[in-house]
Amino acid sequence: MFLRMILRAFLRQWKKMAMIAFTIALGSSLATAMLCVMMDVGDKVNQELKTYGANIKVVPKDASIINELYDTDGENMSGAYLREDELGKIKTIFWAFNIVDYAPFISTNASLNGGDEVTVTGTWFNHHMELPTGETLDAGVVSMRSWWEIIAGDWIDEQNGDDRDVAMVGKALAEANGIKVGDTIDLKGSSGEKSLLVSAIFDAGGDEDDQVYVYLDTAQVLAALDGKVDSIEVSALTTPDNELAEKAAADPSSLSIAQKETWLCTAYVSAICYQIQEVITDSVASAVRQVADSEGEILNKTQLLMMLITVLSLVGAALGICNLVTASVMERAQEIGLMKAIGAQNPSITGLVLTEILLTAIIGGIAGFFAGIGFAQIIGHSVFASAISVRPMVIPIVAVLVFIVTLIGCIPAIKMLLGLRPTEVLHGR
Amino acid sequence: MSLLELKNVSKIYGNLHALDNVSLTVEKGEWVAIMGPSGSGKSTMMNIIGCMDKASEGEVLLDGVDISKESSKSLTNIRRDKIGLIFQQFHLVSYLTALENVMLAQYYHSIPDEKEALEALEKVGLADRAKHFPSQLSGGEQQRVCVARALINYPEIILADEPTGNLDEANEEIVVELFRKLHEDGTTLIVVTHDPEVAEVAQRTLVLRNGKLDHETVNKNFTGHIKYNL
Repeated sequence: MFLRMILRAFLRQWKKMAMIAFTIALGSSLATAMLCVMMDVGDKVNQELKTYGANIKVVPKDASIINELYDTDGENMSGAYLREDELGKIKTIFWAFNIVDYAPFISTNASLNGGDEVTVTGTWFNHHMELPTGETLDAGVVSMRSWWEIIAGDWIDEQNGDDRDVAMVGKALAEANGIKVGDTIDLKGSSGEKSLLVSAIFDAGGDEDDQVYVYLDTAQVLAALDGKVDSIEVSALTTPDNELAEKAAADPSSLSIAQKETWLCTAYVSAICYQIQEVITDSVASAVRQVADSEGEILNKTQLLMMLITVLSLVGAALGICNLVTASVMERAQEIGLMKAIGAQNPSITGLVLTEILLTAIIGGIAGFFAGIGFAQIIGHSVFASAISVRPMVIPIVAVLVFIVTLIGCIPAIKMLLGLRPTEVLHGR
Repeated sequence: MSLLELKNVSKIYGNLHALDNVSLTVEKGEWVAIMGPSGSGKSTMMNIIGCMDKASEGEVLLDGVDISKESSKSLTNIRRDKIGLIFQQFHLVSYLTALENVMLAQYYHSIPDEKEALEALEKVGLADRAKHFPSQLSGGEQQRVCVARALINYPEIILADEPTGNLDEANEEIVVELFRKLHEDGTTLIVVTHDPEVAEVAQRTLVLRNGKLDHETVNKNFTGHIKYNL
């Protein structure tokens, strides 16, 4: 009989039920879209922020100590180096998938065309790597220094197999020495010489404008530091730091076993640094705070905005449900009064009305969920130019939210229903 | 012991005494009509007897139990178990068929039984209209469905509030005939009415005026059949 009543009620007032379902669908679609984007926005924003440079810098342990003591601004004065053959290990750590890019650097001084000494930096440009996992990675400064403006020529392309005796010259240095693309420059280092073809003039807007950028092995030959690098810059997808991450960054040994497990299993920048240190011999990996902090800040603000939109949409849905259900109960006052008159207790009538509304909520919620996934993809493509991945976690969250919002929306109607007296509605008093 | 006994019952709204110190008794199996002009307290009395309202003062004994002290939950249970209600406006659930409307009373009482509900409709001559919705039935047919719904749980008392108020003469006769059969079966009937012809069919008529019991007449020639004064 209960099911028959539910079915008949649905058929009779399908327009009202459709309105309620539509309201719920609207709320749940916005909640789904916002939750999908919110859960994926971390990766997306991080990906966007990668264009602003690396967020982790790896240096030799000794160099790190001297840097801290003398504030050398990253210049390697220690004579300690990292090993080039260990670079591939960075992509073998637990958070390998979060490492999106990295590049080694080695700097040396060399005289330019027999004249002044200039800084020559060897690095990867778009270095192609075949990883032990079967994956491939193109890493280097082409993507990590995307803000550099190439005034003339083109980025050095490591993958076209051309001559490796090429260089990119900073704008200020090129202007001071009248260097143009296509010129050949002679560099004489402490233990080697190289004649390099200028392939590009770049404007980095910083100290790099006075430098020459060459292949890693070219700089190693000039400095007689074969197989060694000064530093490694890493771009990693990270989770914004919290109290645990700050505690771990200060002293990982202060963590309890459970805390350490949580820390290592979360993509905190400090956890990734810790794991990089474990695979690169005698290294210290540290977060480039400015980038890491702004990532966290932007991410937190974006997520707060999404959360506010979600909450507002759900409040709107609750108000809509409230109006519609209250109107429905008012319309059915005589019917409810009659049920009470023939012996129905309040819980059974409340159960009947709630079942009708919750079934409607399920229909609206499911429709809204799929619409929300669609909205999320539209947001993903228009804002981040890529699809938003739907985390399974979104499903139970949306279900619980729809359930709670529907129940909250029903409260005034249920209060009215409980207060209905058969004499008043049946005799019109 | 009387089935129903009202002892000095009053219902007071502010300064208004809708019922003023009314006492009466109704025996088991009796057919009683309550008459009176509008505002005389008929519906108030029906609501109190029907456990839909509580008296402000006095005692209401139903089957020896003072229902004036019961909680609203207990009153609902008493109403469900002992009273069958018939209304002037029928009050059928519009989206349920005639059969389902009868089964609704069973559902809130015990367990719905389609066969038994169909038998109740048969008693009121509507077995062939069981699958019809209220909007597909005439006023008289709707009231007969109400009668079937009221008697389905074998109540001790059937309370009818202006049961023929919205019916034409032919349907009025059918409904009164149904009451006569119920009375023959031993059901106690209390019928609130404006209509003297319907009141005259009952064994006893109580007349209310300004909330007080004005007078009482006993029908010495009781047959249970309606007689129209043409």
